Amino acid sequence: MSDLKNIQNDYLTKLNNNLSLEEINQIKTELFGKNGLISSQFKNIGSIPESDRKKFASDLNQIKDELQNLITNKINEIESKKINEKLEKEKIDVTLPERSFVKGKIHPVSQTIDEISSIFSEIGFSVEEGPDIENEYNNFTALNTPDNHPARDMHDTFYLDENKETLLRTHTSPVQIRTMLKDKPPFKIIAPGRTYRSDSDQTHAPMFHQVEGLHIDKEINMGHLKGCLNYFIKEFFEVEKIKMRFRPSHFPFTEPSAEVDIGYEIKNGKIVIGEGDQWLEILGCGMVHPNVLKNVKVDPSKYQGYAFGIGIDRLAMLKYGINDLRAFFDCDYRWLNHFGFDPLDVPSNYRGLSR
Amino acid sequence: MITVYAPPGAIVPKSKVKLVVAKIRDVTSYGMLCSESELNLSDESDGITELSLKKYGKSIGKSYFPKSNSNLIDLSITPNRPDCLGVRGIARDLAASGFGKLKDLKEKKIKSKNKQTVKVKINKEKGQACRSFGSCLITNVKNTESPKWLKDKLVSIGQKPISAIVDITNYVMLDINRPLHAYDADKIEKGIVVRNSKSGEEFTALDNKNYKLDDGMCVISDSKGVLGLGGIIGGTRSGTEFDTKNILLESAYFEPRSIRSTSKKLNLDTDAKFRFERGIDPLSIEDGLNKAALLIKEICGGEISKIDIQRIETGKIKTIKFDTNLFEKITGFKIPTKEILKILEDLGFKIKKEKKYLRLSIPTWRPDISQEIDIVEELVRITGYDKIKILDPIKERTKSTLTQSQKLFHFLQRAIASKGYLEAITWSFTDSNYNDHFKDKNKEIKIVNPISSDLGVLRNSIFSNLIMYMSKNLDRGFKDLSIFEIGPVFTGSNPGEQNTVVCGLSAGKKSRLSWIEKERNVDVFDVKRDVVQTLVEAGYNSDKFFIDSETPNYYHPGKSGRLFLNRGKDQIAAYFGEIHPNILKKIDIKTESLVGFEIFIDNLKLPKKTLKDQKTKFEVSDYQKSERDFAFIVNKEIKAQDLINAVSSVDQKLISNIKVFDVYEGENIPENQKSIAINVTIQSSEKTLNDNDLEKINNSIIKAVEDKTGAKIRS
Repeated sequence: MSDLKNIQNDYLTKLNNNLSLEEINQIKTELFGKNGLISSQFKNIGSIPESDRKKFASDLNQIKDELQNLITNKINEIESKKINEKLEKEKIDVTLPERSFVKGKIHPVSQTIDEISSIFSEIGFSVEEGPDIENEYNNFTALNTPDNHPARDMHDTFYLDENKETLLRTHTSPVQIRTMLKDKPPFKIIAPGRTYRSDSDQTHAPMFHQVEGLHIDKEINMGHLKGCLNYFIKEFFEVEKIKMRFRPSHFPFTEPSAEVDIGYEIKNGKIVIGEGDQWLEILGCGMVHPNVLKNVKVDPSKYQGYAFGIGIDRLAMLKYGINDLRAFFDCDYRWLNHFGFDPLDVPSNYRGLSR
Repeated sequence: MITVYAPPGAIVPKSKVKLVVAKIRDVTSYGMLCSESELNLSDESDGITELSLKKYGKSIGKSYFPKSNSNLIDLSITPNRPDCLGVRGIARDLAASGFGKLKDLKEKKIKSKNKQTVKVKINKEKGQACRSFGSCLITNVKNTESPKWLKDKLVSIGQKPISAIVDITNYVMLDINRPLHAYDADKIEKGIVVRNSKSGEEFTALDNKNYKLDDGMCVISDSKGVLGLGGIIGGTRSGTEFDTKNILLESAYFEPRSIRSTSKKLNLDTDAKFRFERGIDPLSIEDGLNKAALLIKEICGGEISKIDIQRIETGKIKTIKFDTNLFEKITGFKIPTKEILKILEDLGFKIKKEKKYLRLSIPTWRPDISQEIDIVEELVRITGYDKIKILDPIKERTKSTLTQSQKLFHFLQRAIASKGYLEAITWSFTDSNYNDHFKDKNKEIKIVNPISSDLGVLRNSIFSNLIMYMSKNLDRGFKDLSIFEIGPVFTGSNPGEQNTVVCGLSAGKKSRLSWIEKERNVDVFDVKRDVVQTLVEAGYNSDKFFIDSETPNYYHPGKSGRLFLNRGKDQIAAYFGEIHPNILKKIDIKTESLVGFEIFIDNLKLPKKTLKDQKTKFEVSDYQKSERDFAFIVNKEIKAQDLINAVSSVDQKLISNIKVFDVYEGENIPENQKSIAINVTIQSSEKTLNDNDLEKINNSIIKAVEDKTGAKIRS
């Protein structure tokens, strides 16, 4: 009994001294080693009279736990002190620059095309494509613009042969022809892509981007056209309300034809779409001309519908406040970096078009 | 000095160009200082206008031009509406839309007993473009300057007054869109013949240019030869002057298509041509002669003859049937029949009501109207497009928006951008000097009418443009730069002869001026990583890739590669490597290193399965894996890929990973040989491998490599 008490008192006193790790380990061995003081007491339990045995065992366990805990704490204390001393020497200047990284960007035209596709996807349009080189028939004749028609003057065309049979498409409308020749109605497509006109000044580039829209079914009328464009413009500019105006115009491949203006105002030097009393022309559209439908073997007495063409570059300029069209294709690193989009910013319906 | 400044928004009088804030030669320009010629003050185009200090010293900052009293309305007339090229046509449309009332003009008619004595004949021949030719002779006139009212009217719309006779013909043309031509009747030899030209005929036109004609152009001629091109331009030989005494006034109808093809061939653009090619009212011949002849008599005096009209065909009034129900079917809204009738009448249609439809006679001044849909357009544009109801679209998708290959396009675009490349969009055409470097075995595709000679060919490779712009950016002082473009390259000049390519360029160094990492030039393995990683991200299995070193001549022959998606080598998926040093030298591009790649999207086989089918059962092995290192001595020409293939062929189930961790040539290695060290991970999905098993695999690996590549294990 007193043996236990003595061991307890002795070692509590010893452990309270300022000890090194080695000294503590030494004590640990003295107490809990194979023949340690505490370990040997456990071997004695059997020889204790039955009446005292329970209490002895309980006391012994209590003392064992107490000493063991103390030792563990002491060891932890010393070790963490050691680590802390080491860390003290390892302090570095974290304001030094990180390892370098590079950031790529998506061109605003590509981003805008993705935004447009995302919006039209919601209302059931799918994306079609056509080649940049077109034949004269698909680009003009099939679109009700016969040879020697003054409407051809509206398009300054790049030709690839002297006979003017192959050319760089002047608009995305030939995709209408290709789509309708390939499949059967109904058609509900958009076709974004590169277009070309031999025209180059401050506001015209010899290459630009258009998106064509085509919806042909049995009962598609001008009301649907208006609804579709109204929806698109609202979604694209991410505004609650827009002011939209249809003006009569002429395109050989649509009849009736319209040009569409949207309302805007300049606030603090920036263009705000949807408010104000200024008008801005943004697209051309109309009901597909029966002659076009006949050219692609669609019966105009059974099917009708609308088509539209929108300048993508111009939409991007309006939405993102870019004022120089030529800069789109100048490939200036600073411009691309400034107006480009992070590749992870994929426009989608659920997360919105833009951040 | 004091000069004239045109701010943004101003319209330059000469060019009629509206100034905008724009970048000119990289400097933002806010307006311009004008020369006298630009202000239409004189022909002096050298230098800017200098104003006298005395006269203008006190008006600095004020407007140079006095504000005009009359308003100018700028109309742009669509090519389908020739009738609106005259004031009367515009007035008719305005009246139909509810703006004012169209006055009924009771034109005075020529009352004369005199005969028109110049004989006119239209040759009946194939392709004769002149359908009718009206004329009238005015004798003993005194051509003079026009009176003020006439001059003012012409000046107010930007026309230059010339002489009363010319001004009157212009005036009538602008008023009722009826082009006329006045001949000096005394200069016509033995009457007029309207005929097809013969190849080689020549004449001098009123623009003082000599034109050489082809066969079959419609000419007005006399016995001496060509007087003018019908409906396009007159000639100097029979032109009117101030001393002209007798005038023959022409009012004719020419076929639009013929006018257009002749003027295109001769590259001749005139006001008359612009009108005739769009279609002139064939019934305005007499109106025009009456109006002009009486004005000439009033201003220049003289005697007017009777009108003579020669015809080879009498114009018929066209009629169409119009079912009024079509209006609602197309526009989605209704208007009362009463309104339909009123609009059509206001526009000049004659209407006959039949049981189920209207029979409409089309006004002769409306060549654009030929079918029912044209009538719908007339009705809806006059009623107002604002009456069309908005029908909201239904949010329903029956077909997927993008095809598999379109999805791949968008994926690759963003995958490359996410590796630090800036996306560029450059022209589809390029400078043939640049294109020559990158066209490889493709043929050059010329544009017949390029906007400039340095944009004269379609690009055979995106590199041509990309390297040019890379060079420009390097000149701007940026050293380490990666750019890419995704778009078409062309292999021929027919529709469809194009491929979609992702092309990237990377210049300069990695870790330039880094305090933590060692800087190095970008190299072939940087672009190889970008290509391989992108393809892996797109879902292709890199274990199957096959790479060799056969590349086009614009790559460094020793530091470039060609990648196939599989060993079948059917279609090239990509090239990557250093750009050939000769090209860098020739285009004088200033960088330490330039590497690039091309991924050929059209050659990438689309994954057969969609993403949801690609996910197979999840299976992993928890048995212990072991790693073994091997070093082989091989001949220099043996490729790392050969070694890896040899190892993986031993047991694909057990060998789960192979890494090349060292390649060494030099000391201790025989000449023409190299050492390749690889690390192989071995793991079974069935059991823990014991020493015996491992030893067996080790030996198989060594044997396989030695047998297949002639290598020797390094001991």
